[in-house]
Amino acid sequence: MSGSEAHVGPKLELDDVHKSYGDKRVLNGIDLSIADQEVICLIGPSGCGKSTLLRCVDLLDPINGGEIRLDGEAITARGVDANEVRRRIGIVFQSYNLFPHMSVLDNVTLGPRRALGIERAEAEARAMELLERFGLADKANDYPNRMSGGQNQRAAIVRSLMGDPEILLLDEVTSALDPELVGEVLSVIRDLADRGLTMVLATHEMGFARDVASRVCFLHEGRVLEAAPPAELFGAPQHDRTKQFLARVIEAGRL
Amino acid sequence: MSLHGPPSRGTGPDTNGEQVPRRRLFAGVSEFFAEEGAKAGAVAVASTIFFFGGAAVLISRSANWPSVRDQFFNPDDFSASAPDVLEGFWLNIQLFFWAMLIIPVLALAIAVMRSLRGPAFMPLRILAVVYTDLFRGIPLYLLIVVLGFGVPALQLGGLPTSAAFWGIAALSLSYSAYTAEIYRSGIDAVPESQRSSARAIGLTQWQSMRFAVLPQAVRNVVPALMNTVVSLQKDVALISILGIRDAVREAEIYKTRTFNYTSYIVATLLFLAISIPLTRFVDYYTARDRAERSQSQI
Repeated sequence: MSGSEAHVGPKLELDDVHKSYGDKRVLNGIDLSIADQEVICLIGPSGCGKSTLLRCVDLLDPINGGEIRLDGEAITARGVDANEVRRRIGIVFQSYNLFPHMSVLDNVTLGPRRALGIERAEAEARAMELLERFGLADKANDYPNRMSGGQNQRAAIVRSLMGDPEILLLDEVTSALDPELVGEVLSVIRDLADRGLTMVLATHEMGFARDVASRVCFLHEGRVLEAAPPAELFGAPQHDRTKQFLARVIEAGRL
Repeated sequence: MSLHGPPSRGTGPDTNGEQVPRRRLFAGVSEFFAEEGAKAGAVAVASTIFFFGGAAVLISRSANWPSVRDQFFNPDDFSASAPDVLEGFWLNIQLFFWAMLIIPVLALAIAVMRSLRGPAFMPLRILAVVYTDLFRGIPLYLLIVVLGFGVPALQLGGLPTSAAFWGIAALSLSYSAYTAEIYRSGIDAVPESQRSSARAIGLTQWQSMRFAVLPQAVRNVVPALMNTVVSLQKDVALISILGIRDAVREAEIYKTRTFNYTSYIVATLLFLAISIPLTRFVDYYTARDRAERSQSQI
């Protein structure tokens, strides 16, 4: 694999990434190369390593082997300022994780104000712009526990976008939502995909993956078993494991 | 039942209703009357009168009651000793005030030191662990004696020699070790995901602690902290060991002079005058806090 030339190579590369929690090996040599503006959907059974992969990319958990490169630059190398890297990457979690003691506006502006040193007025102007775009302008002064799950998750997405991330990681962002609230969050993600934001999504929403993904990756036992454009992967899966998984998903009515 | 348990879902009144949590100053007592009805109320009153009335009768019929009454509850001695004891109590209040300023700050610093992660912070963590182990492990009485008599005896230049200073120092060291553990339990109770999302938006470890974790942690432990305040308020009396003329010391001086213990009752009542309202307030605050938390869930 070449691609160390910063601007022409892939946006994000995972090279033989290993990660264990204690004795439990979660990532077992992940190889993945993601181009700028690609939307990658990670699918696979629970425990296959989707969330761990995303946490490792955002340097929230240190990896045990291999390398992760952003714009060709190894972010998992020694001496890299993790805070600096995290400011270039956005991540949204399944359980929203808004700060319960702050209003939406404060949640959203905390990062820019404290990590980037942006003036409050400027941060708030930018925040209002984004909240407006995602239909949350009237919720700016509400507290997270006063809002629905869908509103929480949209606010969490706005929070992750405040630093203008080069990549957005989404970790099963609709899994905790009531079914009727899933749509509003997915439409936000679709909007981001249309604007050309590079995204990696761990998801169980196969229909959505088929719609927005440029490639779908099937993870099994900590490896990328199969990666292909959605039509190919859903239409003609190569591996038995992938077929089994998709069969079960279809059975459950999720595709 | 647990103070730190997850807020109960859906048990609160309608979120759009006007219902404000009832201000329970006597949580438990007034609740009982509200829930159990008139008949049960009558039984409760009767059994209460029977119990305390019976106790009063028993005590007053004891053969020694008249002499005990004169020794402990003599009105003349009460008014004779009250001014000095009261003056001493003012000193207790002042010392309490200073300790209250020092303890929360010191304790928070220790708790944060202990909660920092990463190999670079190892020395700080060790320091915090040693501190809490040491000062929680020494009985407060001994700490007061050792610091209060020991340090001034060293006659080191520059160190204060006032007994009050070392009394407060001993109280602050001991209580901040306990309080640090309370804070730490509050920090640990904040979900790991909160720390993750703070780091994810680019905050440093310290900023995540300061802006995301600590505000939630402190709120978690306010009731426990307030109980510590009640306890501290009484333990201030221990510094009388050092000969400081606080309420207890003044009461003792009066007793030594007159062989009458009423002065101790004066001191007791003064401490109760502060600690009972304080305790009621803690109960009230805890109940309100719990109501707010269960109500704020949609």
